[in-house]
Amino acid sequence: MTARNIAMTIDQVAVRFGGLVAISDMSFTVGEGEIVSLIGPNGAGKTTAFNVMTGFLTPSAGRVTYRNTALAGLKPHEIADLGLIRTFQRTSVFPNDTVYDNLLIGLHRQGRVRLLDAILGLPGARASERKLRQRASELLEWVGLERRAHDAAGSLSYGEQRLVGVALALAAEPSMLLLDEPVSGMNASETHRFVELIRSIRDRGITILLVEHDMPMVMTVSDRIVVLNYGRIIAEGTPDVIRNDPAVIEAYLGHGAGRA
Amino acid sequence: MKAIITIIAVAALASVPLWLRDPYLLNALITTGIFVIGAMSLNLLLGFTGQLSLGHIAFFGIGAYVSALTSLGFDIGLPGGLRLVHTPWPPIAGFVLAIVIAGLCGYFVGLLSFRVRGAYFVIVTISFAEVVRLVALNWVELTQGPLALTNIPSIALPLPGLSELTLRTKMQNYYLVLVVALIAYLLIARLVHSHFGRAMRGLMENETLAVSVGIDVTRTLTIAAVISAAIAGAAGSLYAHYIRIIDPEVFAFINTVTMVIMVISGGKGSLAGPVVGGLIFGLLPVALRPVMAPEAQWIAYGGVLIAILFVLPRGIVPSLAQRFGRRRSRATALASVTLAETAAKEPA
Repeated sequence: MTARNIAMTIDQVAVRFGGLVAISDMSFTVGEGEIVSLIGPNGAGKTTAFNVMTGFLTPSAGRVTYRNTALAGLKPHEIADLGLIRTFQRTSVFPNDTVYDNLLIGLHRQGRVRLLDAILGLPGARASERKLRQRASELLEWVGLERRAHDAAGSLSYGEQRLVGVALALAAEPSMLLLDEPVSGMNASETHRFVELIRSIRDRGITILLVEHDMPMVMTVSDRIVVLNYGRIIAEGTPDVIRNDPAVIEAYLGHGAGRA
Repeated sequence: MKAIITIIAVAALASVPLWLRDPYLLNALITTGIFVIGAMSLNLLLGFTGQLSLGHIAFFGIGAYVSALTSLGFDIGLPGGLRLVHTPWPPIAGFVLAIVIAGLCGYFVGLLSFRVRGAYFVIVTISFAEVVRLVALNWVELTQGPLALTNIPSIALPLPGLSELTLRTKMQNYYLVLVVALIAYLLIARLVHSHFGRAMRGLMENETLAVSVGIDVTRTLTIAAVISAAIAGAAGSLYAHYIRIIDPEVFAFINTVTMVIMVISGGKGSLAGPVVGGLIFGLLPVALRPVMAPEAQWIAYGGVLIAILFVLPRGIVPSLAQRFGRRRSRATALASVTLAETAAKEPA
């Protein structure tokens, strides 16, 4: 891992809600172009960690740095401007809009034209609009939702909505993507396709941090895994290391998981 | 299809003064038109960002007073024995100033309330309207208070190469209101279909997700509030120069409620909604007046409103669009099935 440039540093981050310690003293790094997974039992603090990294939550202590910019005090949309984009566990689409329009909303960061230009319909604004439409179609093709382009996003199956969520995040042109349990609710073949999608995202140079419960999927796709339990990091390493780590086996995978 | 309906509607509206000679009805149409512009501006906030401004009439009233005072002039005392004297400017300057100052008020109200939003925005806007009404009522030196500002001049258009055209007749004022309404409609339509309008829609549907893809909530909502308030200010200016007398009653809460009714019944979040709802509820009192006692008129008014919302709960325009849209999509679905069947048969 030393060869890679570091994209994100999480340095001694702690989050407390009143007396409850959600995360204590968490430190790890994510390298550029790496696929890192954050795993742990329910309530281990994974989503809380995500919320801290994307500005939805202010940590009680510690700091998060992305590409040498400290994220403390930045609003979520400002963090998005740094190229750090997340998906959500539950709320993942704009339900009343078509899938295509969802992506156009997601392309917000690309389509910033002056308000007056847009109102007057000046050539610059129109060209930008054409480019956005083109880009939206490309994204739909990338995640494999071309056929659903004109359906309301809220009417899609759960698995398809997750894909819309990922496409939305990709629309924001991330340099690093944070995926919060993307394959929960997907069947085996959907999950398999999703793994391909994650790889194709990484192949375009986008760093990926993944929170996921689906162990076989995590083991297949990750370069490195960070294991949380009760808000603490208990292990960190490649899938092979994690699979054989006694602390992980005991705390998370349970007895007899050595064959996993 | 949509374009054809729009062209027919505009042509029909433009032809009205050519066959409608009754000044009473034409007057009703002009005031209704002015309120339709107000309703369109309210719809920009309520229908496209989901924020309910229950003090929207404040921006309308501010537009009316700014425009009236600009064209009438004033002479008021300031602290320290100074006097601020403004000599009358042409009404068209008042119209422009009304837009600018109403827009500025929208900016400050938005800035104050959009950090918290929702119910807080409703309360801030109600309070704002009430404060402005009290100022208009009590700052007698400037506004004449309950005595009203009178003799407000009609709008005069400076025509190049000709003398000014003062809009005195009902027909002229009708066309003025129609043109301003069309401009406001186009402006809102452009805005809503632009990248900026998508940001508003995203915020309304799923704020957390919208923020995560980089949409700035406060900025987006504040811009919507500024444009909405500016259009309401334009409507207020038209009102002042057409009625030619305004008093603090223009800020009455019932006027905001009327605009909300126009938007909700016509269909919030649809461009044509406030126009349809506005024409119905603007002209309904006129239609009821000859046939009913005054008490019964309001009961009938409420009855019509309830009936519309009962039959078409999402408002007239969206409900009808959906009904016709569904029929069309069923037709295309049938067509594609037929195509698929033909395709399946062919290889055999």
